[in-house]
Amino acid sequence: MDEESGRKLVITGEQVGKGRAGHGCYEENGNVYSKFVGLAESKGDMHFVIPLSGVYNPKRGDGVIGKVVEIIAQKWFVDINSPYEAVLTLGEATEEFIDLAKSDLTKYFDYNDLIFAEILSVNKQRQIMLSMRSRKARKLRGGRLISVTSSKVPRIIGKGGSMVEMIKQLSGTQIVVGQNGIVWVKGENEDLAAEAVLMIEERAHLHGLTEFMKRFLEEKTGRKYEAKPAGEFQFRREEGGEEGGNGEFQFRRPDEEGGFGKPEGGNNNY
Amino acid sequence: MTETTIELFKNGKRIDGRRMDEMRPMEAKVGVLKRADGSAMFRFGSTWALAGVFGPRKVFPKHQEEAERAILRTEYRMAPFSTSERSRPGMSRRSQEISMVTRNAILPAIFVEDYPKTAIDVVIEILQADASTRCAGINAAVLALADAGIPMKGLVSSASAGRVQGNVVLDIAGKEDTEGEVDLPVAYYHGKKQMSLLQMDGICPPDQMRDIVKLAIRGCEQVHEVQKRALKKRYEADVEEA
Repeated sequence: MDEESGRKLVITGEQVGKGRAGHGCYEENGNVYSKFVGLAESKGDMHFVIPLSGVYNPKRGDGVIGKVVEIIAQKWFVDINSPYEAVLTLGEATEEFIDLAKSDLTKYFDYNDLIFAEILSVNKQRQIMLSMRSRKARKLRGGRLISVTSSKVPRIIGKGGSMVEMIKQLSGTQIVVGQNGIVWVKGENEDLAAEAVLMIEERAHLHGLTEFMKRFLEEKTGRKYEAKPAGEFQFRREEGGEEGGNGEFQFRRPDEEGGFGKPEGGNNNY
Repeated sequence: MTETTIELFKNGKRIDGRRMDEMRPMEAKVGVLKRADGSAMFRFGSTWALAGVFGPRKVFPKHQEEAERAILRTEYRMAPFSTSERSRPGMSRRSQEISMVTRNAILPAIFVEDYPKTAIDVVIEILQADASTRCAGINAAVLALADAGIPMKGLVSSASAGRVQGNVVLDIAGKEDTEGEVDLPVAYYHGKKQMSLLQMDGICPPDQMRDIVKLAIRGCEQVHEVQKRALKKRYEADVEEA
């Protein structure tokens, strides 16, 4: 039971309340029951359950790490660690003009290339559209992948990105966390960063996990870590955001932010 | 040759000291396997079942895929060392039948339409067999499905009851299984108070069958409590600071 946020642990089939069923619930004769083992929340007579386990469920706006598995008819098919393959269309892949008669699509994204992309849309038929046009999206070269349960991703990112920032600094690595439970690590001490990520997954339930991880990393590296005040992180976070929605790699669509414009640094080299 | 009958009842107690309506000690544990997406163990006395769930995932072979729902595939197996005589590994006629009834018992509880074009694979391994293996298998499988985050209406529980030397008893085990007249496994879905499995081995008068079914459902309710506790226990730690 988590008293502070008003969330309650429920198991499959347990009654959440009376009224209407939101995500993760179903309604029968006015009673609302949970479909999952998860955390129940209520807003008025609407009830929701956030599942604590299960495969990754793609949501619009999520940043995910995927692998190109197929290229057919001007589209890239990407495995994003979910039961359904995602599609990256030509228009969303790059800002360049591509003359299909002359160019080979593998020049942009080849088979087995890793990309960090944004989910543009998910429809009823479970067709997932990806986009590379947002600021954070990029191709991932080298490094290594760690796979974790997608429900634990918020813990890896930490409050306002504090956890991932700490691992980055102490291990001297670049880290990209996909909401789909894939973590990409590259840099000086990949082993340590990978170990830290797996440790967080295993101990996601611990109180004071950030403090615990800080001690572990400082001991291993012999470096001291001074957390910057929250405002100095270079990413944005909505306070009190939804689980899974907070942290570093939240995208914003152009219509919400007033246009992406050209990617920073002009590193549009794919 | 004279036939010797074993005395299965003494002073109103059964051969293993249980009351007529008493289950064997039960144990359930969720999340026991690392490689599977969800897993669980369920035990009735010395009947042990282990279940692993994979999916929802892409369907292979593709022709099995259904456009509007997930398909559920179940596999029930017995370990070679699960019985007193070594049992041949792999699928037998019996394990195929039990795979099918297990699937039918669980399927009504799953929201298959939530994951169209996918497959959910359930694998049940009986580590030790001492009657009611299909019941233990179903109980473990349901817990593993919940652990894998498969959307379900609720937990399905299963238990068996039967008739041994004219007495109606719950959760047949050991000698009662080989000497008894009737063995009747039931799977019960609590939300709607419906049965999704009802099989019967042997014969008995209709009114007695009603008693046996009622007793088996009482057993399912006890199983349900054990299942709920096991699931809560597994996830309680996860939410302390979620």
